[in-house]
Amino acid sequence: MSWLRRESRATATLERPKDGKRILFPFDAHGLSSTALDAALRLARSQGGTLVPVFLARVPLHLPLDAALPRQSQLAVPMQDAVEQRATKANVPVDSRIERGRSYRHALRQTIEHERFDMIVLAAAAGEGPGFGASDVAWLLANAPGEIVVLRPAPDTDLTHTIRES
Amino acid sequence: MARGHLKIFLGMAAGVGKTYRMLQEGQAEAEAGRDVVIGYLEPHERPATAAQAVGLETLPRRGMSYRGNRIEDMDLTGILTRRPELCLIDELAHTNAPGGAHEKRYEDVEDVLAAGIDVYSTVNVQHLESLNDTVCELTGVRVRETLPDAVLTGADEVVLVDITPQSLIERLLAGKIYRSEAIQPALDNFFKIENLSALREVALRQVAEDVEAKRLPAETGLAVRASNRRERLIDTQAQQAIGERLLALVTPQPRAQRVVRRAWRSSQRLGAELDVLWVSRGTPTAEQEEQLEALRRLASVLGAHMLVEHGDDVAIVTQQVARDRGTTYILMGTPHERGAVARMLRPGLAQRLLTQLPGIDLRIVADRTRAVERFAEEEDL
Repeated sequence: MSWLRRESRATATLERPKDGKRILFPFDAHGLSSTALDAALRLARSQGGTLVPVFLARVPLHLPLDAALPRQSQLAVPMQDAVEQRATKANVPVDSRIERGRSYRHALRQTIEHERFDMIVLAAAAGEGPGFGASDVAWLLANAPGEIVVLRPAPDTDLTHTIRES
Repeated sequence: MARGHLKIFLGMAAGVGKTYRMLQEGQAEAEAGRDVVIGYLEPHERPATAAQAVGLETLPRRGMSYRGNRIEDMDLTGILTRRPELCLIDELAHTNAPGGAHEKRYEDVEDVLAAGIDVYSTVNVQHLESLNDTVCELTGVRVRETLPDAVLTGADEVVLVDITPQSLIERLLAGKIYRSEAIQPALDNFFKIENLSALREVALRQVAEDVEAKRLPAETGLAVRASNRRERLIDTQAQQAIGERLLALVTPQPRAQRVVRRAWRSSQRLGAELDVLWVSRGTPTAEQEEQLEALRRLASVLGAHMLVEHGDDVAIVTQQVARDRGTTYILMGTPHERGAVARMLRPGLAQRLLTQLPGIDLRIVADRTRAVERFAEEEDL
C-alpha cells in the first residue's frame, strides 16, 4: 500500500494552516528586497504561518480610488509570481494580495484594515534601495496591530531587477 | 415567404466609395447569375460611380410635382412589381418626396425585404439617430435625415467602407466628390481632417459594436441567411466569437489568486476582457468571504469582472456564463485528484467543459505547490 500513501502525499497542496499565523510582507513598485523576502520566508516557516505578500499600488489623484491599474499590475503580477515561486520552494504557504491607496502608506493602512495579520515583516530602505523609509516604519509601529519585524538595511539583491530583466 | 437579406455599406462621409462598392458587389452578383436591378441610384455626377452601374438594369423612378418643381424618387411599386432577386437602393436615410407610400426610404426598404427581395443599401454614420448629437458636437453640423439604429443593427450584414481622412480630402480636391464650386465650401465646413477623423472613429466603433451585438444573441439559435437565401440554423454551441474573452474559474482560496493573475496576463497578451467566476454552492464560510473579498479587490485592480453565480453544478453554470459573456477561453486551476470510481461515475470538470463548450479553449493553470511537493517526493525516493 506504500504507493497509495506516496500518491496521497504527492498530491497534497500547501494549504493555509488552520489558525496559523498570517505574516504580512508589503512591497511596492520601487522594488522587492530579496534578503527581506528570504527573512520573511524563514520567519513564516519557523512559525508555521502563511506569508501574505502585498503589492502596494499607488492610485494617482486624478483617478478614483477603485480604478483599475493595468500598468502597475504589469509590474505587480510578475513580482507576485516570483515571490510565490520562492515561497513554494521554501515550502511556505502563500496568499498574495494587491492593495491600492493614494500613497504606499495609505495602501498599507487599507491592507491592515481589510484583513487580520499576526505579524508584519517590513524591509527598511537602505539609501536609494527598495524598502520603506524611517517615517513609514515609525507610522507602522504607531498604528499597526500585532508584531512588527523591521529588517535592517543590508547589502541586497533587488528581486525586481531580476524580474524586469527576465 | 422568407424575408430578404439586407446588406448596408456604411461610411464616415460622402465620397468614401459606398455607392461604388455597392455597385461593384451588385455587378459581381449579376455576373454570378442573380437577377440584380438598381432600384435607386444617386450618382452625384461622379463618372466612376456611373460607369460602375453600366450593364445593370435601372428601374424607372417615380416622378411627381412638388411646389411647382418636377422631382423624382424611388418607385417602390415598380420594384415590388418587377420582383428582382437583389435590388440596389442608395441613400437609406433619405426622406421621400411627398405622395409616396412612406415618409422615409428605409421604410420602403422594409417593404422590399418583406417581399423576399434582397437589398444592398448605403448610409453615412452621421445619419444614425443615436449618433446625431455626437456628430453635431464633433463637427458642428446637425444632420436632418436620420435613420433608426435598429435598421443598422437589424441588417444581416454591415460593410464598413473606409478610407483615411487625408485620402478623402485628396479625392475631394481632385473633384471626385463634388463639383468644383462646391469643393471650397465643403473644405470650410464638413471636410476637415479633425471632423473626418472623429467620424471615422465613430464609424469604426459603430461597426465593432454591431459585430459585438450580433455575436451575443440572446436566442438559443442564430438564424443566418446564406447567399442563396436558404435559411440554416447555426447552433450557438458552435458559434465562433470574433474577439477573445477569457473566463477564469476560481474558488475562494489562496491559489485562486495565481489563476487570476495567469488569466490576466493571457488576457493582456490577447487584448481581451477577463471575467472571473466563482460558482457558489451555498452560503460562503467566513474564510471564503475573506478570500472572495481579496479576489474582488484583485479583479478590480486588474480591471477584470468578478462574477459570483449560485448553482450545484459548476459545469452547467460555467457553460451558461460562457455563452452569455461570449467566452472564447477558459482558465481553471488544477482540479483535485479524484478516485478511480469517481472518475468512472462522472467525468471531471475539465472533461465536461471540453464536451459541453466546443470551440472554447480550456487551459489548466499549474499549481506550483503541487510541483514542489512532487519534486520533494522524488528527492525522497
